[in-house]
Amino acid sequence: MPHDHGQPAPSPAENMEAFLDGLWKQNPVFVQVLGTCPTLAITNSVSNAVAMGLATLFVLVCSNALVSAVRKLVPKQVRIATYILIIATFVTIVDYLIKAISVAVYKALGPFIALIVVNCIILGRAEAYASKNPVGKSILDGLGMGIGFFIALFSLGSVREILGAGTFLGFPLFGPNYQPWVLFLLPPGGFFTLAIWLMVFAAWKDRKKRREVKTMAEAA
Amino acid sequence: MNTQSLGHIFIDSLLINNFVLSVFLGICPFIGCSNKLSTAWRMGVSVIFVITVSSVLAFGTNLMLVALGAEYLRIITYIVIIASTVQLVEMFIKKTSPALFRALGIYLPLITTNCAVLGVALFQTAREYNFAQSLVFAIASSAGFALALILMSIIRERLELSDIPDTARGTALVLMLAGTLSLAFMGFAGMGAG
Repeated sequence: MPHDHGQPAPSPAENMEAFLDGLWKQNPVFVQVLGTCPTLAITNSVSNAVAMGLATLFVLVCSNALVSAVRKLVPKQVRIATYILIIATFVTIVDYLIKAISVAVYKALGPFIALIVVNCIILGRAEAYASKNPVGKSILDGLGMGIGFFIALFSLGSVREILGAGTFLGFPLFGPNYQPWVLFLLPPGGFFTLAIWLMVFAAWKDRKKRREVKTMAEAA
Repeated sequence: MNTQSLGHIFIDSLLINNFVLSVFLGICPFIGCSNKLSTAWRMGVSVIFVITVSSVLAFGTNLMLVALGAEYLRIITYIVIIASTVQLVEMFIKKTSPALFRALGIYLPLITTNCAVLGVALFQTAREYNFAQSLVFAIASSAGFALALILMSIIRERLELSDIPDTARGTALVLMLAGTLSLAFMGFAGMGAG
């Protein structure tokens, strides 16, 4: 108990929930529509989307852990500034890491690596979750949200690369006669793809709700 | 050193590479603040102000960082500059126009996390613009942001009463419209060659 400042130790079920929320129910892109800028800007190929997803995941987990660790020390008035500085530090680390690992990826992502600082998902989780919860749960929340973001980037990137270039991770899919639908690689394609995904989600939710209403009516 | 002419930079960042519609910066306020024309133009004006001031400050800071050999501090210093500029603008607007201050509400402090602001500072450094080029770039790209925001709010006001399928309501519709606007703006691409 001394560790958690009076809060009871979280049960495994609670931990699982903290992790799963971000994956699906509270998916940062499809449900909360946060972090749309990187989602649209670098999903023109699957490999870019994967690199961006991993970079954001790393920053999200680290910053959630650190924000949660210092949450009792930071005065309320300067908390946002502190969070931003913590995030900026980790983003600088990622920026140099990617440059060291692969210059090609670094060139493809360009300034969008540095722009992870202003990805609203990260600051949002720091403020809404990590500043109120113990370190372990915050890390799980960061992992869940980060993987949820990764899934969203991956699904957008796949649609855009398959339709726009006829390839997946650089491998041709449709044979030489396929006429690529270049629009999907261009900026408008980003908007359209995200809109379509959001509509798919909305339709799926609607159907589920209608079915629940129907079963309730039948039960009554 | 970059040798693009000022006019070229202006047209390029205002129309051809519009920040919202083709570089994908500042999408969050673009979606969140574009449902009414009155909020949209106010947001646009304050973003123009914040971006211009922070671009000038970032230019000076970058010179200092390069002189000290501390380029790795760039992201951190830029974000601090932006946060303080937003604070400054907030105090300025509160003093001069309380009505505007109330109208902007929560969106004002949120300019800090508008990626367009940090984007301008980072792009001008990456492209090695000199002072005049940075200034023109900052003004033009923020004006481009305001232009996209205002256009979108006009379309959305018109669509207020139209019959839209339930699944497409909300953000999906805004994104569809943005895609169409973005297609229209691609028509400006031909101007880049000249």
